[in-house]
Amino acid sequence: MATELDNIELRPARRQFLKGAAALAATLVAPGVMLYKTGQASTSGQQLRWGLLIDTNALSEADVDACVDACQREHGWKAEVNSPTAAQWIRKVKLTDTESGHQRFLPMMCQHCADPPCVDVCPTGASFKRADGIVLVNKHTCIGCRYCMMACPYKARSFIHETLKDQLPVAPRGKGTVESCTLCVHRVDRDGANAVPACAEAVNQGGRKAILFGDLNDPQSEISQRLRKLGAVKLRADMGLNPGVRYQGL
Amino acid sequence: MKTQPAMRYAEIKTSTPGYWSVLIGMAVIALIGFAAAHHMDVEGHHITGMSNQVVWGLPHVFAIFLIVAASGALNLASLASVFGKQAYKPLARFSAILAIALLVGGLAILLLDLGRPERLVVAMTHYNFKSIFAWNIILYTGFIVIVMAYLWLMMERRMHRWSKPAGLLAFVWRLVLTTGTGSIFGFLVAREAYDSALLAPMFIVMSFAFGLAMFILLLTLSFRLDQRELDASHLQRLRKLLGIFTAGVFYFVVVFHLTKLYGTQNHDFERFILAEGGIYTLLFWLVQIGLGNLLPLALIYAPRLQGSSSTLVIASMLVILGAFAQLYIIIIGGQAFPLNIFPGYAVESSFFDGVISEYSPSLWEFLLGFGGVTSALLIALLGIRVLPIMPEGLPAETQ
Repeated sequence: MATELDNIELRPARRQFLKGAAALAATLVAPGVMLYKTGQASTSGQQLRWGLLIDTNALSEADVDACVDACQREHGWKAEVNSPTAAQWIRKVKLTDTESGHQRFLPMMCQHCADPPCVDVCPTGASFKRADGIVLVNKHTCIGCRYCMMACPYKARSFIHETLKDQLPVAPRGKGTVESCTLCVHRVDRDGANAVPACAEAVNQGGRKAILFGDLNDPQSEISQRLRKLGAVKLRADMGLNPGVRYQGL
Repeated sequence: MKTQPAMRYAEIKTSTPGYWSVLIGMAVIALIGFAAAHHMDVEGHHITGMSNQVVWGLPHVFAIFLIVAASGALNLASLASVFGKQAYKPLARFSAILAIALLVGGLAILLLDLGRPERLVVAMTHYNFKSIFAWNIILYTGFIVIVMAYLWLMMERRMHRWSKPAGLLAFVWRLVLTTGTGSIFGFLVAREAYDSALLAPMFIVMSFAFGLAMFILLLTLSFRLDQRELDASHLQRLRKLLGIFTAGVFYFVVVFHLTKLYGTQNHDFERFILAEGGIYTLLFWLVQIGLGNLLPLALIYAPRLQGSSSTLVIASMLVILGAFAQLYIIIIGGQAFPLNIFPGYAVESSFFDGVISEYSPSLWEFLLGFGGVTSALLIALLGIRVLPIMPEGLPAETQ
């Protein structure tokens, strides 16, 4: 029966269609397979926990500005000055001791908590923590309710208030969803323990390590050793969230 | 036990041009609200007053008001079905339909304010059960289904005996629901304005007062529209209830602020709301406490004004005005006060750390919120037109 239907005139068109369908299926499935693989790779690590150690003593105001610039270039966001709706994945914070008047500058971003309140409150589970400790927003299931922004003690998240264009492939962003620092997850998935987030890269010139990236759960890692030796502060430690970003010199 | 004559219910039948123009006017306002929401969706939230500092704005004030009032509007039905107060039975059907209408209006606002409202299906299929928001999605939709069933059981004579257990279920459900709404804020441990278990019971008492105030306004309006008899004795009963509930709200507000005032760590926040917060301080003392609590209490309890239905209507309006002020202070004032990330330091940043955040609501937000309220009222008014919800008359009771 099928051969009867396979009319000679129809054949080329049919072949064309099948070819097209196969190509379409491949285009649709391939990125999914790749994403799945990446996800597997990044979540299969044993008790990995990526974190940052920020030495505020080693950071000048210009250094912190460099962190912010590097992040903007890396992820393609730009904060207009004094715009209350502009997204800020990382920001420069100036602290003045109210008694001594001592001043210091530090970069502030998502603290990648071990127990992130943004993940707790997200109704759809779009706000999630990877097995390696990186806290992210799933852009496909974020409904834009902003409850995570209400819950975050660090003001780390931004809502995209306007239509964006020319987004970078490493940082998919879209109007109506929430976003924040990804700990340069694209670099982490590419380079593993050797990864250097853009902010760290910007200030770690000439052998100094003002911002150190590494595995907090590996006692042999440089970050763990330095934490053990010099100690560091967790912001809002009273809340017991165990942030993955630690600050020295506060 | 004296058997009362069976209460007769009838659809609202009035067809005056005035009535229809009011309904059409409301439909137009509701449509403008939806158009405003669409505009916000297309343009993005930068056209609103909301920002990365004040992430929930005026739409949420309207939405939370309606959701809180919805659960409170069901109280009259609960008093009849659950607590056996037969005097409220004639009002039970309207109580149920008003509860549904207010909730639908509130949910419409919440949905339309989302960054991605078209992802409603995601919200209905992906649940994070640690999120009180996810629970609320279930509690709100469940409430609508349960109260619809309850309404049907009350209206279908053969099913009457089931209306009592359904009423009990609806009552328990609405208590859980309002607990959930209060806990949206109560569970926010990072913000000084919230982080209190007191918010859950406070929202329940607020729902009693706000829901009853809405109920009184719509009851008197629809009886007047259809020129049905509404004896003063019925209003007197509602008046006493409104007095108790309004005093209850006042009590919770006092306890909430006293508790916060006692701890030194919250002094800055309390100073902000109670003394130096500009618009929030003004709203608190003048509108919430003065016009929304004390004045209605005076109108309700003044001996010379007993039996006056117009003062009851005014008191109800004032309670609603106070409700909006209270929710504005809770929702927006609570966000305007900065997070205390670095205790002991003065903080400056490009991201408005350490400063009181500005918020001025845009026209779009107001239109969306007002459209939601109007939609709710429209649903209630159409409900009593097509269904025999309202008693044919509420004459003086024979004792």
